Amino acid sequence: MDTSERLGTPEPIIRIEGLNKWFGDFHVLKDIDLEVFKGERIVICGPSGSGKSTLIRCVNRLESFQKGRVVVDGIELTNDLKRIDRVRREVGMLFQSFNLFPHLTVLENCTLAPVWVRGMPLKEATEMAMVYLERVRIPTQADKYPGQLSGGQQQRAAIARCLCMNPKIMLFDEPTSALDPEMIKEVLDVMVDLAKSGMTMICVTHEMGFARTVANRVVFMDAGEILEINTPAMFFQAPGSDRARLFLSQILRHEGGD
Amino acid sequence: MSYVKTVRTRDLPPPPTESGLIGWLRHNLFSSWLNTSMTFVGLAVLLWTLPPFLGWALFKANWLGDSQNACVQPMGNPDGACWVFIKVRFGMLMYGFYPEVDRWRIDYAFLLLAASAGPLLMAGLLSPKHRDERILMVVPSLAVPVILALHGAGPASLALAYLAAPTLLSRLGTRTGKLPPSTGFFGRASAIVAASILAYWAGVLAAQTLQTGLEGVIGLVAGFLVFLLPTLRRSSSAMWRLALLLTVYPCIAYAFFIGGGFGLRYVETDLWGGMFLTLVLAGVGITASFPIGVLLALGRRSNMPVIRALCIGFIELIRGVPLISVLFMVSVMLPLTLPEGTHINKLLRALVGVSLFYAAYMAEVVRGGLQAIPRGQYEAAEALGFRYWKSLRLVILPQALRLVIPGITNTVLGLAKDTTLVAVINLMDLLGILKSALADSNWLGFTKEAYVFAGLAFWVICFGISRTSMRLEKRLRYGNR
Ligand SMILES: Nc1ncnc2c1ncn2[C@@H]1O[C@H](COP(=O)(O)OP(=O)(O)O)[C@@H](O)[C@H]1O
Ligand SMILES: [Mg+2]
Repeated sequence: MDTSERLGTPEPIIRIEGLNKWFGDFHVLKDIDLEVFKGERIVICGPSGSGKSTLIRCVNRLESFQKGRVVVDGIELTNDLKRIDRVRREVGMLFQSFNLFPHLTVLENCTLAPVWVRGMPLKEATEMAMVYLERVRIPTQADKYPGQLSGGQQQRAAIARCLCMNPKIMLFDEPTSALDPEMIKEVLDVMVDLAKSGMTMICVTHEMGFARTVANRVVFMDAGEILEINTPAMFFQAPGSDRARLFLSQILRHEGGD
Repeated sequence: MSYVKTVRTRDLPPPPTESGLIGWLRHNLFSSWLNTSMTFVGLAVLLWTLPPFLGWALFKANWLGDSQNACVQPMGNPDGACWVFIKVRFGMLMYGFYPEVDRWRIDYAFLLLAASAGPLLMAGLLSPKHRDERILMVVPSLAVPVILALHGAGPASLALAYLAAPTLLSRLGTRTGKLPPSTGFFGRASAIVAASILAYWAGVLAAQTLQTGLEGVIGLVAGFLVFLLPTLRRSSSAMWRLALLLTVYPCIAYAFFIGGGFGLRYVETDLWGGMFLTLVLAGVGITASFPIGVLLALGRRSNMPVIRALCIGFIELIRGVPLISVLFMVSVMLPLTLPEGTHINKLLRALVGVSLFYAAYMAEVVRGGLQAIPRGQYEAAEALGFRYWKSLRLVILPQALRLVIPGITNTVLGLAKDTTLVAVINLMDLLGILKSALADSNWLGFTKEAYVFAGLAFWVICFGISRTSMRLEKRLRYGNR
């Protein structure tokens, strides 16, 4: 590994080494090792409860962990609030339930953090927010409240809100699983655009079509362990473990049945 | 057989029995047997109670005259209310024993309050379309000439300066533009606090050398301004108006109430009374108990066990004890624990007692709101880089507080009415003055008038608060939908 670095392989932008986490007595993450390089798109999949959300929440320290190292953009995550702040500045996160701020308009949702965290003048922040709202194709919804938007529009607004902080890395925690089928596509389209723009992305998702077309690597997790890391082509053709095979058959059967 | 309709059916008005007055009556008063009978019961109760009451209170009432004779047999109608009793004492009821020649100072302070709170209330109640700075400034701009006419040039120029300050200060802020490089929260905070304390002493010294009197008040105003200038930089005029209302306004009002400087005669708090005292108690109680309550609610949800235990202990202790005993404790016990000879003003003790008591109730109301905010909101704010206090101020509290507006209103109304309990420590609030008036041997037997008047006075205040909060709730709910 040392030699490979010297030979010019780029330094990973996220490095997770020997990560272990417990919720009380429950061992939720077991010896996780994962490196993500700049511009890479990683899809994490696995059965419900396998620890996917917990893993990506360790990357921006929404969850603390007991053992191991997480280094993001050269900053090792510890209890130090300053470091956590620096990491969060680089990392945006999307949630299954959108988590837009319901008391603010879409535009205000987008400008809140730039103004209050970055200290950007409101005018500048507003202009930037409009650019990103344009990019996620909801500029006309800027002055509505989240509750007045459809689920797909809300998730796209949440993406715009993230982008306004200019993150280097984006984490997606099942961004489409709370959406009606006809809205999934509009969110995935925006995510594909993002991928094309070279954003480093880690997506927890069961959208296998998205994984096939966008992901560089697929990570399969079960019961707190990474069982397989593979290219999408290899993973879908010949999954390495029985559990992955079972998981895929269930997912694909469901997709076919729709 | 298939059926395809090609012509759109015309919209018709609803049948007359469904709309208009008849429709409304049918829907609301006579929709079922139960409803119909309730309508008649209601009517009967109204017919039974209202005419005698109105007869007593209005039609047969005695309005003219200035002694008890105006209300008894030869001259007056003993079957009607004796409003002369209230009229003769109206000044006392409003201002207590506050010297008559100085009562304009109270009027002035309340006028100023209305003028500076007016725009804030309007901003809360008007829809965003009408929330124009020029519309909001109508009340303050009307107030200044009124004050000039009533109270003269000095008070008017003070009012002008105070009322125009938010607009000017907010302009000042936007021009500074970029934030200085972050020197860390604690570095900045301690610098600001140090500067404010310096400003306080500078103000006190200046007031002493100029011999203006009211040194403490001058110092406080200076300190507040130095504190607010960097803290509120880049804030809107509404934010400034609120901040000045909560910091500088109380100083001005206190200066005018108590006097002892700038040519205002000193009026000790023992002379304060009546509606004036009631409003001071309620106003200070509400503005102090609310922030303390929010802090207690946050403390009760804190991760730090010591803070949590202290907050729970305080809240549960206070909630388990009646207000009367808290007032007693504060006024009897507190002096015992303090060193010999320290004198704490009776009014101050009542204010502390009422504020702390209602802070405990406020805390539980606010906690209810905090609990209703989903965890995802905290997480989204955290993921965007907000630290605890900022996420609280910008994301969590704005949502939590608007959820509990009805509960907060309840608490505020309770507080407003419970100010009457200060009678137990010999403060003469509105009710206290009425009671002492009832004991006057020249005016025996007008209990009914006294309590109807007191009830009406409190009802007007409380109904106003209640309606305002309902409007506010309706305006703010929009965003949550
Ligand atoms: N805050 C928590 N406290 C205790 N257990 C938790 C907590 N969050 C998640 N878990 C448990 O950890 C396991 C992994 O959760 P999660 O990472 O959300 O799984 P996934 O996202 O793969 O469905 C689940 O069994 C869940 O019940
Ligand atoms: Mg999950």
